[in-house]
Amino acid sequence: MTSTGNYLTNRLFPVMTILAAIVVLWYGVAVALNAPVLRDFEKRAGESTSGMEFLFKTWNMPKPTTPTPHQVASALWKGTVGVKLTSNRSLIYHSWVTLSATLLGFAMGTALGVVIAISIVHVPALDKSLLPWIITSQTVPILAVAPMIIVLLAAIGVTGLLPKALISTYLSFFPVAVGMVKGLRSPDVLHLDLMRTYSANAAQVLWKLRIPSSVPFFFASIKVAIAASLIGAIVGELPTGAVAGIGSKLLAGSYYSQTIDIFAALIAGSICAILLVTLVDVTGRMVQARMGARS
Amino acid sequence: MSSLPVISSQNLGLTFQTGDGSVQALSDITLDIQKGEFISLIGPSGCGKTTLLRVIADLEKPTAGSITVNNTTPEEARLNGAYGYVFQQAALLPWRTIAQNVALPLEIMGLSKEEKSSRIAKNLELVNLGGFEKKFPWQLSGGMQQRASIARALAVEPDMLLMDEPFGALDEIVRDHLNAELLKLWAQTKKTIVFVTHSIPEAVYLSTRIVVMSPRPGRIHEIIDCDLGNDRPLEIRESSEFLRIAHQVRDGLREGHSYD
Repeated sequence: MTSTGNYLTNRLFPVMTILAAIVVLWYGVAVALNAPVLRDFEKRAGESTSGMEFLFKTWNMPKPTTPTPHQVASALWKGTVGVKLTSNRSLIYHSWVTLSATLLGFAMGTALGVVIAISIVHVPALDKSLLPWIITSQTVPILAVAPMIIVLLAAIGVTGLLPKALISTYLSFFPVAVGMVKGLRSPDVLHLDLMRTYSANAAQVLWKLRIPSSVPFFFASIKVAIAASLIGAIVGELPTGAVAGIGSKLLAGSYYSQTIDIFAALIAGSICAILLVTLVDVTGRMVQARMGARS
Repeated sequence: MSSLPVISSQNLGLTFQTGDGSVQALSDITLDIQKGEFISLIGPSGCGKTTLLRVIADLEKPTAGSITVNNTTPEEARLNGAYGYVFQQAALLPWRTIAQNVALPLEIMGLSKEEKSSRIAKNLELVNLGGFEKKFPWQLSGGMQQRASIARALAVEPDMLLMDEPFGALDEIVRDHLNAELLKLWAQTKKTIVFVTHSIPEAVYLSTRIVVMSPRPGRIHEIIDCDLGNDRPLEIRESSEFLRIAHQVRDGLREGHSYD
């Protein structure tokens, strides 16, 4: 009982307080931004409302500048529970399209990052030659690169999931490579000496010492990488006018000024990100508990 | 009278190159160690006792003179698994249980599963850690961790144990206990032990010979025979013979040490 009580007061209460503050602020901003449009609209229609009635109208416009929380919530509800999973209006369907590209890109990015890190740790020349290029790769704005990748790949006949996943890979390999270089170098001299007294070869040192030592670094890196993968997948859906995915919903929403749909797609994206990061977090905790970490 | 020494060094020297000039860590070390001896290297910090042990273990390369271990180079001896090395800290891998830690060198040697588990059981029993196989290192006291690291060194079944102040970080009571245990182990297994310490009573209690070293540059000041016999109860430390040798070691340390 005490632990639930503590959880409520320590975790839930502060979070809910902030959430309530955001919602209140949101309604306020909605009034401020929607009012001019509404006034203009009423002037042309020859109508005039005021007071609470006007306020409610700003909160319930069909194509508002700023949709209100209840409008977004209702769009989310309609997009998830209200339609069939196979429907083009299902946010779950679109989320899944984006998630599958995210997960594929994340898997490839993580693998690439780990391979790069292992190479850098074992080949001193790569440390000096490769790392600067890896860092440079991330200074290129992804929004500029993404269309080029999509178009280039389409030219050689690669379309669909893979081009989007490759953009995720491009964003996600970086934190993994940098984190794992640090992690693989984290064993102390004492343990490296110990392995030397056993005449262990490089592969044995890698598997028995460097990789286990790098586990905390690995999970910290992939937490960043998986969030970046999701962004990569959404960005990959934007330039091509993809037919499905959260990115396509954002794009379609902006074409038709469906601000409510844009916000609903945004929230769906955030929920995906929260789920992915939580999944990585829980897996990390479980793995580290099995490796004898003190709880 | 005796066979070839297991460790033999001739005018061994080691100079470290550092950012601000070179440091002579070892100079003119000539020392023969016979099979089955218990040799202590004693001296103030900076006298090169740990460096000498690391040269024997092929963790450092000498820059002058020569050294053989088991009549080969230290590198070859290391590759042949000639020694087990016990560090000042237990150096257990925190993500492995005690049994898995002892298994580490055995995995690297590529032993069979049966051979591994029998060696783990035997050596944990030897250091009185039976029943702690599934514990993680942090669940054990410092003394128990160090015992586990000794079991790990013994599991390799080397002819030689190289120990670098293995009990330096432990309290007096645990230390006494482990000293007695180590003597018992030495008597049982007939291994050659090279033991680095800066404790005079520890050196006298354990050794057959004590190598007194002095610093700047690290060199051998004196080698003292420590003939207390094979049966050494803890009480022997109050005997006149023990005190005489301890006194001799202390004098040696004082002579070799310059305070300028």
